[in-house]
Amino acid sequence: MSPESPSSGGAITRDEVAHLARLARLAVTDDELGVFAGQLDVILGAVARVGEVAAEDIPPTSHSVPLENVFRPDELRPSLTQEQALSGAPAAEDGRFRVPQILGEEQ
Amino acid sequence: MSDDLTRLSAAELAEKIHVREVSAVEAAQAHLDRIAAVDGDVHAFLHVGAEAALASATLVDESLAAGTAPASALAGVPLALKDVLTTTDMPTTVGSKILEGWRPPYDATVTSKLRAAGITILGKTNMDEFAMGSSTEYSAYGPTRNPWDLDRIPGGSGGGSAAALAAFEAPLAIGTDTGGSIRQPAAMTGTVGVKPTYGGVSRYGLVACASSLDQAGPCARTVLDAALLHEIIGGHDPMDSTSIDAPVPAVVEAARLGAKGDLSGVRVGVVRELTGEGYQAGVQENFDAALRELEKLGAEVVEVSAPHFQYGLAAYYLILPSEVSSNLARFDAMRYGLRVDKGASAEEVMAATREAGFGPEVKRRIILGTYALSSGYYDAYYGQAQKVRTLIGRDFAAAFAQADVLVSPTAPTTAFPIGDKVDDPLAMYLNDLATIPTNLAGTAAMSVPSGVAAEDGLPTGLQIMAPALGEAVMYRVGAAYEAARDAADGSPFASRTPEVKP
Repeated sequence: MSPESPSSGGAITRDEVAHLARLARLAVTDDELGVFAGQLDVILGAVARVGEVAAEDIPPTSHSVPLENVFRPDELRPSLTQEQALSGAPAAEDGRFRVPQILGEEQ
Repeated sequence: MSDDLTRLSAAELAEKIHVREVSAVEAAQAHLDRIAAVDGDVHAFLHVGAEAALASATLVDESLAAGTAPASALAGVPLALKDVLTTTDMPTTVGSKILEGWRPPYDATVTSKLRAAGITILGKTNMDEFAMGSSTEYSAYGPTRNPWDLDRIPGGSGGGSAAALAAFEAPLAIGTDTGGSIRQPAAMTGTVGVKPTYGGVSRYGLVACASSLDQAGPCARTVLDAALLHEIIGGHDPMDSTSIDAPVPAVVEAARLGAKGDLSGVRVGVVRELTGEGYQAGVQENFDAALRELEKLGAEVVEVSAPHFQYGLAAYYLILPSEVSSNLARFDAMRYGLRVDKGASAEEVMAATREAGFGPEVKRRIILGTYALSSGYYDAYYGQAQKVRTLIGRDFAAAFAQADVLVSPTAPTTAFPIGDKVDDPLAMYLNDLATIPTNLAGTAAMSVPSGVAAEDGLPTGLQIMAPALGEAVMYRVGAAYEAARDAADGSPFASRTPEVKP
């Protein structure tokens, strides 16, 4: 596989990668789009093998150790202080996380 | 040099410390000196906490001097901690720029247990970013080098922990294993690595890669050392709702029993699908030799089939990226970690931050997972992979009806040169062919050194797999094999590690 080659147009296209990157909040570059489309095409070709298995009546496993209804006592216990919770924040003000505006200009 | 404290096993060093022949501070200092001497070449550590290490060792010495019994069997022994477990007194970066310099406000349960046991934490070890990789080349802070050959990879994602052991920078380490990240580096560096049963060791404070697969475990140079560490970090934790509420298997007793060298009555299953084609000649030869050794020890070797293991890699690379795409959504540039102030809205800042903070493999997997979970593709990819996961679990159940443990080579090849596979993701993924089924099934497995390959002189690993919570028999077999191998070689395997030469 040559990472420089454009998407073969098989399982996944450059436009699809751009769309997925937007959904995943990744501002990928033009160069990355080309590389990722080529690589993901190869990877998807390999993982599509799961489709070869006849598994219609097989239940899915989301967790190997099925545990249900794990409870703990509903008791007060120490947690992070406000200062600790904010200790890694890129910006904080008045004991709160300071964030950029939530809505864009056009909204 | 026999009096070199860095050459001792953890059990030997602990004994010397506890009878006060050597102080914990001397043990810590010897390893800090070793790190200073070789880590410029090996790059196993991302952070060394010399001051905190010596302070912790001092407490152990003071307590012993006061006549108090050691806090644990390993009190005073130095350890290298993978940089994926949170530590309040050291940064936790997960090998990523997005968490560069992050000081977590809480300790992982594993970290707390190590501290309570009096173990000296030397520092944090290098890893593939967010534990995604099989070579440690995807670390944002540069690769770790294999002490056996500095031009080669030490495996991954826990290459830093494994290399620290092989370079005698620490006798103990902690790794995490999502698809082989403890076992494959162990094989590549000639060390021992154990992936416990899923839920056997708490995930509280373990920065998540894929939550249904991640498991922390012990790494060491001997099976007994791994067992001693396993009993310290294992056990139920109310802070992790997937933690198993059952006693830790008696693995130390099992390792001591195994070292006596009798495996009569133990059935060892060779997984037909995990040998032969695709495995390097020297890897296969050492595996075949290990089987003969197990037979000599009295084990009954049988062949078993696990027909769905061939789909394990495909299922894993759908399930893992799907969980990753969800888990890593938390890195939003708002509450902790990197923020790149580019764009007016929170959404633009988030996208710019994630683009700058994540490396290529993390981005690939997030995009792949986003794809596999998309409506229209969900059933064919993620849904189908979950069904294959069920079938792999059933294959294990059927195999464990015929055998007490299963065995295979840990990895298909020995350590490859740095740079060889870094731009070919699929070739990189194939490293974990033999280790992935265990993670999908949530069962236990370990890698024990099985010699060096004839063609390149690099170490190979024997993988021993056991049912969920069946660690005892796995340690017994591992320790028996290790003792027989050492007896045949005339010396412990670790003593064959070449001196680090730049």
